[in-house]
Amino acid sequence: MSLVSVRDVHKYFGELHVLKGIDLTINAGEVVSIIGRSGSGKSTLLRCMNGLESYEQGAIILDGMEVSTDEFQVRKLSHSVGMVFQSFNLFPHLTVGENIMLAPKLIKRVGKEEAKKLAMEVLEKVGLADKFGQYPEKLSGGQQQRVAIARSLAMKPKVLLCDEITSALDPELVGDVLKVLEQLAAEGMTLILVTHEMNFARDVGDRVVFMHQGKVHETGDAKEVLANPQTPELQQFIGAVL
Amino acid sequence: MSYQLNFGALLDYQDVLLDGLWMTVKLTLISTVLGILLGVLGAAARRHRNAALRHLSKAYVELIRNTPFIVQLFFVFFGLPAIGIKMTAIEAGVLALVINLGAYLTEIIRAGIDATPKGQLEAARTLGLSSRQIFIRIVLPPAFQRVYSAVVSQCIIVMLGSAVVSQISVPELTFAANFIQSRNFLSFESYLVAALFYLILAFLMRLAFNLIGARAFSRKEKTL
Amino acid sequence: MSQFTDWDILRNLLLAARWTVLLSLIAFAGGSIVGLLLTFMRISRRRSLIWVTRIYIEIFQGTPLLMQLFIAFFGLGLLGIDVSAWTAAALALTLFSSAFLSDIWRGCVESLPKGQWEASRCLGLNYLQTMRYIILPQALRIAIPPTVGFSVQIVKGTALASIIGFVELTKAGTMLNNATFEPFKVFALVALIYFLLCYPLSRASQYLEERLNVAGKRA
Ligand SMILES: Nc1ncnc2c1ncn2[C@@H]1O[C@H](COP(=O)(O)OP(=O)(O)OP(=O)(O)O)[C@@H](O)[C@H]1O
Ligand SMILES: [Mg+2]
Repeated sequence: MSLVSVRDVHKYFGELHVLKGIDLTINAGEVVSIIGRSGSGKSTLLRCMNGLESYEQGAIILDGMEVSTDEFQVRKLSHSVGMVFQSFNLFPHLTVGENIMLAPKLIKRVGKEEAKKLAMEVLEKVGLADKFGQYPEKLSGGQQQRVAIARSLAMKPKVLLCDEITSALDPELVGDVLKVLEQLAAEGMTLILVTHEMNFARDVGDRVVFMHQGKVHETGDAKEVLANPQTPELQQFIGAVL
Repeated sequence: MSYQLNFGALLDYQDVLLDGLWMTVKLTLISTVLGILLGVLGAAARRHRNAALRHLSKAYVELIRNTPFIVQLFFVFFGLPAIGIKMTAIEAGVLALVINLGAYLTEIIRAGIDATPKGQLEAARTLGLSSRQIFIRIVLPPAFQRVYSAVVSQCIIVMLGSAVVSQISVPELTFAANFIQSRNFLSFESYLVAALFYLILAFLMRLAFNLIGARAFSRKEKTL
Repeated sequence: MSQFTDWDILRNLLLAARWTVLLSLIAFAGGSIVGLLLTFMRISRRRSLIWVTRIYIEIFQGTPLLMQLFIAFFGLGLLGIDVSAWTAAALALTLFSSAFLSDIWRGCVESLPKGQWEASRCLGLNYLQTMRYIILPQALRIAIPPTVGFSVQIVKGTALASIIGFVELTKAGTMLNNATFEPFKVFALVALIYFLLCYPLSRASQYLEERLNVAGKRA
């Protein structure tokens, strides 16, 4: 059974028709890269998948749950889907450890000692176990983003949504973050990433979804699609970013 | 005509003065704590889903900020008993101070809340936190830190404003000065000394708040 | 029971409110003049002048307005000047306002980018010319909203003049309360009149502030 199923989803911002009938099925363990021009609706689609954004028509089923912006539903979804943002969004008044332990403690009612163990576990995964007691402002952008990933992982989600998570980073810090993603992929985590890192999409990703003007314009096996784009729009897009 | 200032004579009344000072300190402490609480609640109401709550909070802020404290005090002390709400002078004084401080802090804290980056809210929502958890754990602490110095200033203003509760016979510092000058007719000296006490209180209050703030908002690494 | 109708109460309050308005205007005008002087002292380059104004501001911002009123009232008496409550109130409120206004205005002058000074220096303008042609016109623009906002504090501050016996709106309220024994109604009306005086000023201040921000972003 598919982990994420998007069926004929339409989304409007007022008059603006941003998603025009998206169909997408993603299986557990898949790494899917969503690419496309600015304004094509990539972020909006991702945000619809975890209830940050509402949609007017169609359905999104994630881990057997209907996705909506209803607070109760979003809370339930948080057990299955995590999200990492371009701007890290760590909570500045909490230490790295506190950032990570917050949701497991509050939502899953995990005990203090266990939460700490959990936090160390995910921090080790992103290579930052020594930053447990540090405040986010003392970390580099790359480190902050890895903490943000660790924070999402602490909820043990089945799928991780990543929206251009390396775009705000200095070039030399991008590699560390991508390495973490690669490792997650190898462990079988389902990843849906909006990204401009074409090499990553090709080498690590299973599938590429090219969005154009609110529609899935072309999709298929990552290596194949990127090597032999069929539509002129994707050819042009790849030509522009490479 | 020349006048010899006579501060020595005030020593006879030092107990009265110190009692008044102590009362002012107590009034300030309790109204600061309750006022901050009310300000947080007011700010929460101001940004609540429920429109009625939002309007209520806004009306409260505007009403208090656009009327003098002394009128608020008289309304509480004289007006409320007339409709059956009875209280002592001290209770009325505290109530008026809290209501007054709460209104200003509502506005100040709301401004801090509005400066919350949207991404923080989205991240918290994505992690599954409820609206209330997000407000208390994610929004409020940094918001309060952002506007802390304005909060401190307002609390000091209200401490100074507490001089007015002498007018309903709460035996605080100004009341003490009034009392002393009515006995020894050294009005100028009495008020000057009281004013000096207020000046020192304001200074100490800022100092205390700064120390508390430095501790509460420290971002020094925590050890395991 | 009482021989005062509601209309009588309101009429008397409104008559007294004229004194509130007058006292506010005087305090605002006086406060502006003294405050302007203080502002110039504060942004001068003379250490001693700066210190004098800083202490002045600390004192007036660090003590209750009520104390300032008492001290003006009784202090002037000691100097052999026979003061009415009216004079004492006008004086105390003027000094009080001047401290706050000068603090606001200094903030406005200092909020201008340092580059303005340096650029003017390069153009060969001296200190006074820079002030007159570059700094003040800009500072004035950003100073208007907070100044209007502070006028609300002045109006509210005049209520304390009632304590030293000046008959303005609040004093009229306490007198009418003593005559009618209807504190709820009387003080609600008093509050209402203050609100009607202050609220438009608050709104104007907010409006000007927003307009300034919009203009600032466009520039
Ligand atoms: N909150 C919003 N209100 C109104 N319009 C919006 C909103 N968010 C996005 N849009 C519009 O929806 C369209 C799609 O936006 P979206 O952010 O999904 O694009 P994107 O593909 O992620 O682009 P980018 O690569 O720049 O991030 C754009 O035209 C954008 O202006
Ligand atoms: Mg985007």
